[in-house]
Amino acid sequence: MFQEKIYTVNSSYRESMVIRGYSFGKGDPAACILGSERGNEVQQMYICSQLVKALKELEANGCVNAGKKILVVPVINALGMNVDRRFFGVENQDINRMFPGKEHGDTTDRIADGIFKVIKEYSYGIQLTSFYMSGEFVPHVRMMETGYQNASLANLFGLPYVVIRKPTPLDTKTLNYNWQDEMTAAFSVYTNKNDTIDDRSARQAVASVLRFLTRMGIIRYESHSGYISHVIMEKDLTDVHTLSGGIFKGLVSPGEDVRYGHALAEIIDPYEGFVKETLLAPTDGIVFFAHTEPLIAEGAIAYRLIHRLHE
Amino acid sequence: MIEEVISVELPVGEKLKIVKNRLEGTNPGFKRIVIVSGIHGDEFEGQYISYETARRIKKNPELLQGTVEIYPALNPLGLDIASRVIPKVNMDMNRIFPGDEKGTVMEKVAAAIVNDIAGADICLDIHASNVFIREIPQVRISEEFADKLLPYARLLNVDMVWTNASETVHESTLAHSMNMLGVPTMVVEMGMGTRISRRFGNQVVDGIFNLMREMGVWNGPEEKIQYPVISTDGEVEFIRSGVTGVFLPAIEHNHYVKTGDKLGEIVSPLEGTVLDEIIAKKSGLVFSLREYPFVREGSLLLRILTGIDD
Repeated sequence: MFQEKIYTVNSSYRESMVIRGYSFGKGDPAACILGSERGNEVQQMYICSQLVKALKELEANGCVNAGKKILVVPVINALGMNVDRRFFGVENQDINRMFPGKEHGDTTDRIADGIFKVIKEYSYGIQLTSFYMSGEFVPHVRMMETGYQNASLANLFGLPYVVIRKPTPLDTKTLNYNWQDEMTAAFSVYTNKNDTIDDRSARQAVASVLRFLTRMGIIRYESHSGYISHVIMEKDLTDVHTLSGGIFKGLVSPGEDVRYGHALAEIIDPYEGFVKETLLAPTDGIVFFAHTEPLIAEGAIAYRLIHRLHE
Repeated sequence: MIEEVISVELPVGEKLKIVKNRLEGTNPGFKRIVIVSGIHGDEFEGQYISYETARRIKKNPELLQGTVEIYPALNPLGLDIASRVIPKVNMDMNRIFPGDEKGTVMEKVAAAIVNDIAGADICLDIHASNVFIREIPQVRISEEFADKLLPYARLLNVDMVWTNASETVHESTLAHSMNMLGVPTMVVEMGMGTRISRRFGNQVVDGIFNLMREMGVWNGPEEKIQYPVISTDGEVEFIRSGVTGVFLPAIEHNHYVKTGDKLGEIVSPLEGTVLDEIIAKKSGLVFSLREYPFVREGSLLLRILTGIDD
């Protein structure tokens, strides 16, 4: 294992933020795994740290295949992590909306550029990331529909679902989109948590990445075969919106099988405690996404269901 | 007449309401002018422009033909706590347009705003830079719509019109969405975040009444206005910090500089040393100047409009 400096950001009164990469094996830049870009993506950083630990052991046992190089970057926004801020710096900028970056741009542009110059040459790009809607997902691999996406490769992670999202203009500045634009096969892996650690789903994510690397001939690692993924277009998910605001009491969790008319959640009046609204499942399906915060506004997406899919 | 554009029940004892002031003239159906502000909750210059525009119309309502609609606060939760982004969701509201009636709460709000403005004859989106940089009054338009918008922008009594090269991310802004719907929409920038410059505000309000007069919506006396410098990206010199430290400008905002002039320095308070001297490489007008002192490598210090004389 070699540790390398990917990019350094200096600070007036704090230590420099050094974005560190950990490389395994030598030869073709085969796979790059990138962890938390945002200061609250603790689960993503944890998963990457566990991958570094696992790959170190595999390399010591001669299980990284000859001529293949793997790079893991566990943390980008370390400054944000230490002050509990999702986005970078006083300008509060999202590094994952800055790709491919600009060498002579502002600080966040330069960070994105510095990272992208190093990682764009890899054949496979895997990003552990979080979604702009706060809540919990079933573990899945997400890809942008750029024309270069390859859902059958995403299947090789062996996670239950592969989701394909049609990019909006804003998505064109994400790492996933720009990786694909540079002909890297790019995948975003989502687990159920962001700012807390869930060991079970972290282990599942680590196993899925190691499984993918094995299936692509980059490492040798004996693992369970995982799932044959179900491929979903994001636009086909059934959203369940609230009709009122209040205290949110979720009754079902991601991955649960629900039937038409089943109670999904209750919205409770924050002053008098009565149930203002009971959210009912508009279809049979599997819960793909669940709002998990204790409060919710009118019109919010409380759940996203995979329509007519059963356990 | 105060009207509600959309109302959303928040979790605890409050509704998020987007409101507008609809001022109708002698022939309300003639033309509709829209002024919006407060997409970024740390920008307050639009508050004065909203106030002053409504005040002047109310003082002489008989001079108004058509309708003027003023939306002073598109991001009321952000304005309440001076948050640039939408509180809680932590997203820039000017990156979610045209919104989605079936999307998240704020995507629904954005869609309602777009639907409400649709059909207007002109829309002005008033901004106030941010809390880092001070700007002179200017109109920013994307290259894509420049031919259509430049004749209007010239009437707004601003100091410059900056035609930006179109970036894909601009497609998520209110201005782009409205222009795509056929509503000529211009972004007006001035001053800086969390402040109001009455001088800049009055200058732009004079321009708004001049524009309305030219469009036949206002029958008031002719305003004395100036015509702006029209610039493109190639004429704008960006000066960024090469080091981390504290920036001390050596010049005033809205000031002409010559090649070789000292523009400022970046210092280390801990060591008592000058880390870098910022020297002008081109002559021109300093139209953007950093006010927020802490800088890192890449932080914008100044923008100079080159190719013009003092």
